[in-house]
Amino acid sequence: MSTTRLAGVLAFLLGVFVLVPLFINLTGRWDFYYTLTSVALLSVAAAGVWLTFYIGRINIGQGAYALTGGYVSAILITQYGVSFWLTLPLAGLFCAAVSVLIGLPILRLRGVYFAMVTLVLTEVARLTALALPVTNGAKGITSIPLPGELSLFGLTIIPDFSTLGNPKLAFYLMATVLMVLTYLVLWRIVNSRLGHLCRSLQQNEELSASIGVNTAMLRVLAYAISSFFGGLAGAIFVAISQSIYPSSFVVQDSVNFMLYCFLGGLGYVFGPMLGTLLLYFGWDLLSIAKEYQLLIYSGALIALMLVLPNGVLSLLDKKGGRK
Amino acid sequence: MTPILQIKGVTKRYGGLTANNDITFDVAPQEILSVIGPNGAGKSTLFKQIAGFVTPTTGEVIYKGTKISGLPPHKVARMGVVRTFQETTIFKSMTVRENVIVSHHLRSKASLLGFFFGSAQAKADEAEFGKSADDIIDFLGLQAIRNETASNLPQGHLRALGMAIGLATHPDVILLDEPFAGMNHDETMRMVALVRRLRDERGLTVLLVEHDMPAVMKISDRIVCINFGEKIAEGSPAEIQANPRVIEAYLGSEDAAIGM
Ligand SMILES: Nc1ncnc2c1ncn2[C@@H]1O[C@H](COP(=O)(O)OP(=O)(O)OP(=O)(O)O)[C@@H](O)[C@H]1O
Ligand SMILES: [Mg+2]
Repeated sequence: MSTTRLAGVLAFLLGVFVLVPLFINLTGRWDFYYTLTSVALLSVAAAGVWLTFYIGRINIGQGAYALTGGYVSAILITQYGVSFWLTLPLAGLFCAAVSVLIGLPILRLRGVYFAMVTLVLTEVARLTALALPVTNGAKGITSIPLPGELSLFGLTIIPDFSTLGNPKLAFYLMATVLMVLTYLVLWRIVNSRLGHLCRSLQQNEELSASIGVNTAMLRVLAYAISSFFGGLAGAIFVAISQSIYPSSFVVQDSVNFMLYCFLGGLGYVFGPMLGTLLLYFGWDLLSIAKEYQLLIYSGALIALMLVLPNGVLSLLDKKGGRK
Repeated sequence: MTPILQIKGVTKRYGGLTANNDITFDVAPQEILSVIGPNGAGKSTLFKQIAGFVTPTTGEVIYKGTKISGLPPHKVARMGVVRTFQETTIFKSMTVRENVIVSHHLRSKASLLGFFFGSAQAKADEAEFGKSADDIIDFLGLQAIRNETASNLPQGHLRALGMAIGLATHPDVILLDEPFAGMNHDETMRMVALVRRLRDERGLTVLLVEHDMPAVMKISDRIVCINFGEKIAEGSPAEIQANPRVIEAYLGSEDAAIGM
């Protein structure tokens, strides 16, 4: 890793874990915690969508996995008394497993066909949540307890959230740590052989097969990792809101995840993170425009895509360039 | 000598159209065999069936005694039979070197997880891929454009890169679909010499489809001629040139010259 890149990473970590909490403490804008926690979690889900883009598939179905992950966590906690911390990986793994079953048939589809099928997935997930007894239909699952204590060999690693004076900060830290880990994993994937193979798949599936890549397996693998991230993000969202309903994640959310990737830049690992931040904050800031909010927001999006078709991060390329 | 590859009664129908009709021939180890025929004769279809991209309607392809027709392409490649494409195919937003390195996939000893965590084996693999890629690039004379993005290359270089990608899998049998297309005379002659060296120095068996008849006559040990999906002749270059059915097939089509 070059020194400039290392410095960039350190500055980022400093900003997230020191400067932001400091700023919020000084200004008393506690509501920023909630916004930034949301951004962090949404960007985890968007990281997954980005990985599906990286194998050349337009994924507009991440909301389905966020919803599924949320329900898995909620059901395990409320009905089986499982610790929230254990439900986190379980929610991810459950989504990954489901995505393998769904991905096997649908990942053969390309382009707009795959996109259309994934678009339907979120709606299917919503309807399933409405219909199943275990998800409690439209009433959803409410009064989910806050994350309990996480201890290892009698040593408390994370205290019970309900005993904390400031659970907002705790959620913020949890979400940002998860975000950092997610992007670390994503960065490693992209810069290791797995990522190179994904790129080969994106650029030419037939050729990829002819150099011996099991393309069907690789597609499913990437999609499963993608859905794992979606499930993880969903589970934490549920922990924060302490409730989940069939409409907790809807088609609009799935579309947003895709937009975050587009706006940040499909060629950049950190694109979805930046895209999430910009769009989420942009939308919030535009609330002063009242009834024109959506109009201005959409107009700005279109303009951005026209001016910077490769995403905001492509600005970096023109000066010096980096990946 | 026992054949390395046997094409046995391969037939491929697309609806009412018979692209290949009962084609049978053997390929000896380390042979350079050309498949010729007018446009639409079914040459590419035959190659696709050998490399696992298309399953024969009937008939089979046997490689070293094992049936490979019907297997998916990555399995056929793993066994050592690799095809290059007629439509130039490369990974277009990678550099030449990245193209060749990524195509070393089959040489990986480390697992994907090993690569993720940067294990010792993964590092050794990466080093080996880099070295082997450089060897292949040098062999094909692509040194000067090593770090060029593939989409910027002219047609002749793209063909050579396509071949480099095929070679990176370290195949035993390589199927080259129109490897000299888009090359001028000098480039073609240079590639002809390189293909011969692949056989002589690396022991490859080469099957190629080509319309450039002087090149075909120069390079081939044997030639199979296909017309309307059927094999109409098989023999040495001299035999093929003298074969009345071949001459008739070519006279009846637009590329009338068969290389004299
Ligand atoms: N997937 C397909 N579906 C339907 N018909 C096909 C398909 N692939 C090939 N064909 C037909 O099969 C015939 C043989 O095609 P093929 O590509 O094998 O010819 P070729 O000998 O390689 O020709 P050329 O010299 O032009 O490359 C053609 O008539 C073609 O239209
Ligand atoms: Mg052809």
